[in-house]
Amino acid sequence: MTSRLTLGIGSNLLDAILGYAVVFIGLTLLMTVIVIVGKIFTAKKAAPAEEKAAPAAAAPAAPKKLAPGSAGDVKLYDTDPRDAAMIMAIVANKLDKPLNELRFRSIKEVK
Amino acid sequence: MLESLGKLVTESGFAGFFSNPDGWRNLVMIAIACVLLYLGIKKQYEPLLMVGIAVGCLLANVSSVFMTTDGSLPDALYHQSLWDAFLDHTSPYYHSYGHIMANGGLIDILYIGVKAGIYPCMIFIGIGAMTDFGPLISNPKSLLLGAAAQFGVFFAFFGANLLGFDAQQSASIGIIGGADGPTAILTTTKLAPELLGPIAVAAYSYMALIPMIQPPIMRALTTEKERAVKMTQLREVSKTEKILFPIIVTIFIVLLLPSTAPLIGCLMFGNLLKETGVTERLSDVAQNALMNIVTLFLGISVGATMVGSRFLTLDTIKIVVLGLIAFAFSTIGGLLVGKLMYKLSGGKINPLIGSAGVSAVPMAARVSQREGQKANPSNFLLMHAMGPNVAGVIGSAIAAGFLISMFG
Repeated sequence: MTSRLTLGIGSNLLDAILGYAVVFIGLTLLMTVIVIVGKIFTAKKAAPAEEKAAPAAAAPAAPKKLAPGSAGDVKLYDTDPRDAAMIMAIVANKLDKPLNELRFRSIKEVK
Repeated sequence: MLESLGKLVTESGFAGFFSNPDGWRNLVMIAIACVLLYLGIKKQYEPLLMVGIAVGCLLANVSSVFMTTDGSLPDALYHQSLWDAFLDHTSPYYHSYGHIMANGGLIDILYIGVKAGIYPCMIFIGIGAMTDFGPLISNPKSLLLGAAAQFGVFFAFFGANLLGFDAQQSASIGIIGGADGPTAILTTTKLAPELLGPIAVAAYSYMALIPMIQPPIMRALTTEKERAVKMTQLREVSKTEKILFPIIVTIFIVLLLPSTAPLIGCLMFGNLLKETGVTERLSDVAQNALMNIVTLFLGISVGATMVGSRFLTLDTIKIVVLGLIAFAFSTIGGLLVGKLMYKLSGGKINPLIGSAGVSAVPMAARVSQREGQKANPSNFLLMHAMGPNVAGVIGSAIAAGFLISMFG
């Protein structure tokens, strides 16, 4: 351990501002990196989807209808199907909307 | 026989309360330990650590009153005198773990894990294994809120200096505002070990009190309209992104600030174990067995540093007050940047998620969720608040790394 430092008000304030700035700069740079990585992944995901969509456009477009009452597939992570059903029912009740008008993408237990 | 009886009485702890000059302080600390036990057990204030800290405090103070007639070290679990020699530059036992191992009691030996910075890092492995960074990856702007909520750290650092603490002590007090127990313990152990007891107690107490400290500040700084904002659903994050995240953060942040390596490295290692999908057994151990064992050792050994002669000082009261200020200003910092993001996004971001940037996972995010739902019952802010919440863990580790590199 180094010897103890006593700071004057000026250098104390300067250190505090510098420290806060370092945290901001560090996390801003990290944010930039994550945004770039995220964009690369989103673009990669979009590319095969477009490829699939292209031949479909050439063929006579059949009207695609969602079956009435279908809520689509719900991905469950660490969640019991019974709990998931209960959660969906509660959300529908709280929003005052019929369950078949809502779309649940995934349900995950927050630990 | 009377002589033996007399020796037994004079060597007893009860006699020590009166014959030992610091006996009354030990008695007060025993009472404080009982209050902490009550808070941990009955009020459930961070019970996993609080109960251990309280028992450590109790054992250290019960042991400290023993007086040996021959001047040898009493047969106690914790010996403050050994650690004083360990920190004394002039002592032949300066930084001698061997001396501690040879003469120490159980808690002295367990305390080596705190002193060497092992327990906080191991806890960070467990935290990493339990954390889902998905909400942060899908909304990277959360990192700005995690940075903003470190305001209290530097505000309290400035305030502590003005109150007469030296730079190392001020840095250790300031880090309470990071609302992250292991980070506060690691920083204090490295910079101002003499303040470890009060800082650990203040940090964990205020973390437990977040549901009481934050809501009044949140309501004071935001309007009903702002609190009612519903945020759009987060994008789905792929498994590969989740695996890459800890690797990118480790390389990027540690290269930026090498002193963050112990905390960030361990946090991201734990998270990588969780996300790879091929190390499930290790992830399970990190989340459960390892975390529980280290929490047990950390609590009892940190509590043991709360010996009466060191704890009952004016400095402890100052630390408790500064800790509260640090927490409050960290919340304010997060909320103000949250409000700025609300304005810049045209009202799409609920400023309440800013207060979750103080770390204290997941308590602070739950408080944001609850306050948001009070303003708008159909509001679900929890996952949005988890982004700044886990960003706060990284932010407080960077703040600690900065303070250690400046004053360590």
